[in-house]
Amino acid sequence: MNATGKIGVFKKDFSYYLWVGVFFLCLGGLVAGLYYSTKQIDYVWRWYRVPQYFFFEDTIDVRAEMQGTVASISPADGGKSVTVKNDSGISETYFVPGGDVRVSEGDTIYPADVLGTSKKWKVGLLLQGLWMTLRISVIATFFGLIIGLFGGLFRISSNPALKWAAITYIEIIRGSPLLVQIFIWYFVLGTLFNTLLAHAGLPEVPDLWYGTASLACFAGAYVAEIVRAGIQSIHRGQTEAARSLGMNYLQGMYHVILPQALRRIIPPLAGQFISLIKDSSLLGIIAIRELTKATREVVTTSLQPFEMWFICALLYLVLTFSLSMLTQYLERRMLVS
Amino acid sequence: MIDVTDINKTFFVPHKVKALVGVSTKIAAGEVVVVIGPSGSGKSTFLRCLNHLEAADSGHILIDGVDILDRKTNINKVRAEVGMVFQSFNLFPHKTVLENITLAQKVVRKRSKAAALEKADYLLKKVGIHDKANAYPDNLSGGQQQRVAIARALAMDPKVMLFDEPTSALDPEMIGEVLDVMKTLAREGMTMVVVTHEMGFAREVADRVIFMDEGAIVEVGTPEHFFKNPTHDRTKLFLSQIL
Repeated sequence: MNATGKIGVFKKDFSYYLWVGVFFLCLGGLVAGLYYSTKQIDYVWRWYRVPQYFFFEDTIDVRAEMQGTVASISPADGGKSVTVKNDSGISETYFVPGGDVRVSEGDTIYPADVLGTSKKWKVGLLLQGLWMTLRISVIATFFGLIIGLFGGLFRISSNPALKWAAITYIEIIRGSPLLVQIFIWYFVLGTLFNTLLAHAGLPEVPDLWYGTASLACFAGAYVAEIVRAGIQSIHRGQTEAARSLGMNYLQGMYHVILPQALRRIIPPLAGQFISLIKDSSLLGIIAIRELTKATREVVTTSLQPFEMWFICALLYLVLTFSLSMLTQYLERRMLVS
Repeated sequence: MIDVTDINKTFFVPHKVKALVGVSTKIAAGEVVVVIGPSGSGKSTFLRCLNHLEAADSGHILIDGVDILDRKTNINKVRAEVGMVFQSFNLFPHKTVLENITLAQKVVRKRSKAAALEKADYLLKKVGIHDKANAYPDNLSGGQQQRVAIARALAMDPKVMLFDEPTSALDPEMIGEVLDVMKTLAREGMTMVVVTHEMGFAREVADRVIFMDEGAIVEVGTPEHFFKNPTHDRTKLFLSQIL
């Protein structure tokens, strides 16, 4: 440890452990206080209801579609098959996966009678929402990076068309609320584009893409400024050295400036994309069932809002923390090389 | 090789300064020219104009017959023929010594990897740091870094080498190793323009010394002329201050 790192640091004596104790006491007090308050309003905690919104075992009934009698029940691959025969000699065979047959040979069957049931594991709403949030975030991050990279390069270009376009884009995006931008993408651009496509006889673009585009454009403006700052932080001598060797602007950028700039902007970029993951929670308002919207739906069916919102926050934390770890790993790896 | 006619350069930022005022000179192939002068005299600006890192406002600069102030000239082609060594080295910190030397060969000269490596190998031996080929610039001493920078410029097989105060940022004990490399180059017949405060180098190696002050060339002559009987008062004053 270096000398400056020790300034103001407690020695690990009695008072150190005392304050560690104070921290955990405060934390415990907060949780206990919350729990006590919920008891006061008669809230019943039912954490056991949470797992079913990740995975649940769905029961599927196999039902008859004709009237008749059960002629035979025979084992089949992975279950049993039930053959129903009617008076005119027509027969139909139904397959019951797992073999949980609820009728016996000779029973009289009417249409829609349950012949057997099978169980199947399905992905719950929360996990679907998490997956949607992850998908949106990854796609928006990818396009946000590309938009931001070119936005940043255009921003420092000496060509006024490129430079002013970049400034206009950055100022408009940074100067208006993301919620409004999402509405504009969905209700204005989305309507325009889908109607024009319909006129041309082409299929609509799904809502998901307008939502993702709004996030990518939003993040792109901030990334552009980060990229610009990163490039400008590289010493002028680097450009001069590259150019003096005969490299043109693009070669100098690609081989010399950008590799150094990207290394420096990883921490602010990580912050931006963590924001993007969290901002994706706004997309629920345009009917994209991401994690927050999924949680809202789960709350209405489970009637356990406290547990569900805590779980929702925890799931976002898992995503953002993973990204944070990933960038720390990237940073370390780049320092080595 | 280099033919400079009446170039002017004025800086407006941070305030208006006439950096070059009607500078003209000719430098022949194989000649070693040392440019001296007090700080702010325009000698570095003059050098940087020669490979268009600064654009002169008016006049003509012909490098090997090509006017680099002509808008139609592809400056990148000219720069590939003009090597430059900077005061602060400006090595690429994210690349190894070897990669520093091979990068422009591959990108600009379109040499194969093998050819570029062979050239780098030869040059690293020449500047005497062959054992540091895979080190990063940050792990080298200043003198070693500057020698890598010279090797990087030489790798392009330039017709002219420009040195912008190559030893000013070095610790005293490392100046010698860089000057030795430059002396070797001069003896091999490289055309060199050197901005420096190393009067010993000027005396020993230069074919011609140019003294600049306030953006203009004040006096031109052989080293003997300069250090024994300078004619101009400003030259005398400057030399008396530094010798």
